[in-house]
Order: sequence, then C-alpha cells, then structure tokens
Amino acid sequence: MPLRSSELTVGLRHAVVVVDNLTRTQIVQYAGASGDYNPLHTDEVFATRAAGYPSVFAHGMLTMGLTGKMLTDFVGDGRLTRFGGRFTSQVWPGDSLTATATVTALRVEDGVRLADFDVETNNQHGVAVFSGSATARVD
Amino acid sequence: MTASRFPIEAGHIMMFARAVGDFNPVYHDVDLARDSEFGGVIAPPTFVQASAQYDPDYPLRPQPGVPWFGSGATRSGRVTDTEPVATKPGSDRPASGGTGLHAEQHFEYHRPVRAGEVLTLALRPGESWEKQGRRGGLLHFREQITEYRGEDGELVVTARGVGVRTEQTVKD
Repeated sequence: MPLRSSELTVGLRHAVVVVDNLTRTQIVQYAGASGDYNPLHTDEVFATRAAGYPSVFAHGMLTMGLTGKMLTDFVGDGRLTRFGGRFTSQVWPGDSLTATATVTALRVEDGVRLADFDVETNNQHGVAVFSGSATARVD
Repeated sequence: MTASRFPIEAGHIMMFARAVGDFNPVYHDVDLARDSEFGGVIAPPTFVQASAQYDPDYPLRPQPGVPWFGSGATRSGRVTDTEPVATKPGSDRPASGGTGLHAEQHFEYHRPVRAGEVLTLALRPGESWEKQGRRGGLLHFREQITEYRGEDGELVVTARGVGVRTEQTVKD
C-alpha cells in the first residue's frame, strides 16, 4: 500500500533486516540474474588466491537491490522517483544487513506530494555499507 | 558497445527479484499485479542494471573465444600463473575486470519499468576525477550516464553509475 503523507513526519525512521547471514549462493544468484559474473563475486579461488581478498564479496548492486526492497515495501510499489547512493564498505558472505530510511522532508512539487529519505544500510557491526537518499511519490 | 535494446521479460524480473530477496507478488504474479496501481508486473528499482545481459561485449560475462579471467586449471584465467591476464582481441576493453569496483549508483525514475515492454538505451560519459584513497592508493573515478527510454521515446529511467579503479587491492 502506498504511504500517506499524513502518516509521515520528518525524522521518522523505518528499519528492516534485508538479509541475515548472506550466502555465497545468493551472491551467485545475483550474478546470474544481473549478468555480472565478475569472479571477485563468484569464484572463491580467484578472489582469494589471485586477487588477494579474504573471500568473495557481494556486488554493490546486490546491497542496493536488498536496500531497494526495504524502500519499496515502505513507500509502495512503483512509487520511487529517485534512489541513489555510495557503496561505502564491502559486504561479505555471512554478513547481516539492516536497511534504514529516515524521512528528511515532506513537500509538494507541481501538485505531487513527495517524501524525501536518507537511506543507509549497515552490517552487523554497525558499519555503513550503502549510504544515499531516495524520494517517493506519496498519497 | 552496450546493449541498445533491453526487452523487459517477466521471467527475468522474477529471477532478479528473487536474487535480491524480494518476493513481492507485483514482481512475479500476473493476476495479483493486474489489480495493482500500474495494472501489471513491474520491475524492482535496481532492475535496469540487468541490461548488462543484453550487452554483446559485456566484459564481466564469459564470452566465446575469449579467455575468462576467473579460476580454472589455475587460480586465474592464465595458462600459467605468470602470464599476463588476457585482453579481448580487437577491443580496448580488457577481458579482465581488474580491480574495478562500483562506487556509486543513482537512479531517477520517470515511471515504473513494465514487463513486456522494450527499452532503448543511450549511454554517455559523465565526469572523471581522481582521489587519494585511504586504503587503496590513487583512486580513478569515472561516471557513466544511461538513459532508458520506452517505445514512444519517453524517458523511463536515468541511471548514473560511478566506477572506481584502484592501483592495489582494496582491503576491508
């Protein structure tokens, strides 16, 4: 259900665990769906013994996709007008991620009600792995 | 070269939504989606990134006749562990992804992407800049803007990606 502007206040926070104990299989599943088969994400031998990482790690876009699920479940299907951010730390197998949206503004533009959000996704150590913002059309 | 034509297939949306842990029926259930605000299956917000599937030269997918840089008989796609990583013949795009990483991604949505439509892509370079990294030496940033348009030429999604290449492996 789309959000109603009247249900929102600046500073309201909405936080959801979007993945618990991320598996290598889910990373590979994302590789297959997105088409990005970079062996840094899909090949433990390459990632550790050729590239020197401690293990494979998730695509930034998997983290953003998981974060997007929190947003669309919150604001309603097809209601985002803007969503973006930076990948601020790597996400590893075994990580659990919590995505949080915080209302920063409620406004009307050309007669359309909009809500602006700060968006941050953190791992189980509290480290931000994705940091950005979003805007949604609300009722 | 990049994909110029991106057919939005319902099965592709379903697989992509599953991969990001999103089981919302608006991404896979035609009957339920018909009664939703947009009258059919739509794509989740980061789905347009999967247009890479339609890029004939996408370097992060194994290609016929091009050595892959992942492991096989050796720990990387080299015949021996001392041979340089392969580059794609006749192309300035390396077969290797090297240490290129995705730094930023921004989407503007003009309307939802719908199953069954065909989007057209136009790509243009954005800015490029350099920055001294805390962990990974000198960082080279490059921005790319992709416009996804519908069958009437209308803008559907504008995507702005920023890639970063590092001079050494980034440690967490």
